[in-house]
Amino acid sequence: MNPLRRFLRTPEALAGAVILAALLTMALAAPLLFPGDPQAIAGPALLPPFQDWSLPLGTDRLGRDVLAELFHGARTSLAVGLAAAAAALVIGAVIGTLAGFAGGLVDEVLMRITDAFQTVPSFLLALAFVSVVGPSLGVVVVAIALGAWTGPARVARAEVLSIRERDFVAGARVIGMHPLEIAFREILPNALPPVLALSSVIVAAAILTEAALSFLGLGDPNRVTWGGMIAEGRTVLRTAPFLSIVPGLALVLTVLGVYLAGEGVVETTAVRRSLS
Amino acid sequence: MTRALALIRRRLVGSVFVLLIVVIGTFLLLEAAPGDAVDAYIVSTGGDAGMIELLRHSWGLDQSELTRLANYLWALLHLDLGQSVTFSRPIRDVILERLPTTLILMGSATALSFGLGSALGIYAGARPGSFRDRFLSIGSLALYAVPGFWLGLVLIVIFAVGLRWLPIGGIESIASARTGLDRAADIASHLVLPVSALGFIYLALYLRMMRAGMAEAWRQDFVLAARARGLSRRRIVLAHVARNALLPLVTMLGLQSAQMLGGSVVIESVFAVPGLGRLAQEAVAARDTPLLLGIILVSAVLVIFINLLVDIAYALLDPRVGASEAGA
Repeated sequence: MNPLRRFLRTPEALAGAVILAALLTMALAAPLLFPGDPQAIAGPALLPPFQDWSLPLGTDRLGRDVLAELFHGARTSLAVGLAAAAAALVIGAVIGTLAGFAGGLVDEVLMRITDAFQTVPSFLLALAFVSVVGPSLGVVVVAIALGAWTGPARVARAEVLSIRERDFVAGARVIGMHPLEIAFREILPNALPPVLALSSVIVAAAILTEAALSFLGLGDPNRVTWGGMIAEGRTVLRTAPFLSIVPGLALVLTVLGVYLAGEGVVETTAVRRSLS
Repeated sequence: MTRALALIRRRLVGSVFVLLIVVIGTFLLLEAAPGDAVDAYIVSTGGDAGMIELLRHSWGLDQSELTRLANYLWALLHLDLGQSVTFSRPIRDVILERLPTTLILMGSATALSFGLGSALGIYAGARPGSFRDRFLSIGSLALYAVPGFWLGLVLIVIFAVGLRWLPIGGIESIASARTGLDRAADIASHLVLPVSALGFIYLALYLRMMRAGMAEAWRQDFVLAARARGLSRRRIVLAHVARNALLPLVTMLGLQSAQMLGGSVVIESVFAVPGLGRLAQEAVAARDTPLLLGIILVSAVLVIFINLLVDIAYALLDPRVGASEAGA
């Protein structure tokens, strides 16, 4: 059976895949379905949902189309979540490989730096970084990655430590390969699978961190974010709780989709490993 | 006891290096921030170029970066975190004033998530693959996907706005002149919602870890041996399977402390709880970078301290830990 079909056989993985596919469609279709600025005024303020079919989910405190904001928010959430997770995985894999392969003082220094990053609450670090550098999409991505690379670094290091004693590494040494080339061309690719297994957890955490940052007003001010929508709705929480609850539900579904799909991938690969 | 002492000594030496790196990191961030303490001071008081020059000199801000780092370290050694511009008070005092509230919040949330999480984990893991196991697994995954601040808002909508059972925010009723137990009960009622919002997210984590650990433990030989000895199922679950699965949860307790401190920033903002997290948000809003970095330093010390406690607890629970060091 091919891996994709095996992956889709578990109900959890199937649900995760469906949710993620729907989100991706939402994100990609947002500029087509809702062209123009989602932050522009579209109708009367605080229109309740299911009243006017041109504005199905109603409008917020400033009269903006909630459904359009929801679609455009999916773009930001997915983009930031994926970019930050990718950055964290790359930084972590490189630092973990260097530490594990070099050993000695380099290892000691790099691991103490990793300790330091794990000691500081990652959300406070992100908060400080964004508030010092200023909020923009790129800065938010870096701020989240700064707090997320330590896990991958530790896993990569542990993996490299076990791989570097294998025969093919000794072989590469014998033919006179440069140590850096051995580290990144021979060892790193073999150390990657367990590092990549962390990606669903990291993507999920990145999406939640981005939401929390924008909730506190530290997201990119020129983009619609679900966290920002929740913060905006909070000012009318008593009269229109709907405005905070809907973007939150979108967040929960997204993160749940990422977890479910991630578990499905881990299960599929585990089955494959035990079969071979 | 010697084992625990050896462990503490080794951990403290390592912590010094880690703290030094954190301090250098915060110093670099402070340097990268636009403007310095003098700029912030002048904004609030006013003053001409001559005065700016004078202040920079007297505060040592016109010296080289290395000298300033040395000064910064020297001040930190004397537990001097500098002056907060927004509060016009020493940063240390502002932080110490807010710290107890956050510790109560975090302590209660940890007790809730650890206690309820591991109990539900035992309940689910006692019969792996059963309906309740699957239900709790999926349920905890869904709970783990919920942003804490949003859960807080939903709880407010239901319990404070809708049902009016609990206060909407703050730490105690304003100008109520309550004392003793009455005041404690008032504070407790204010803490129910924030503690739930913070604790429920991590409950899912402990539940899942407990369940996974138990699934692992069921396959071990000692469980088979316990069965062969004719022990009751209840006894096997509690004394053999769950007990072995509990140890990793204790480690998680330390690792999660940093996450929970970060989580308390948003939770305290949602519920207007005057703690360290809310202070961090106020520092960001007022662009008071030295205050924010002071909070980060204090948090790092707190996390190191909590992890030290967890290590000691672990050494007491598991006789294998640190045995080699005590012998050496």
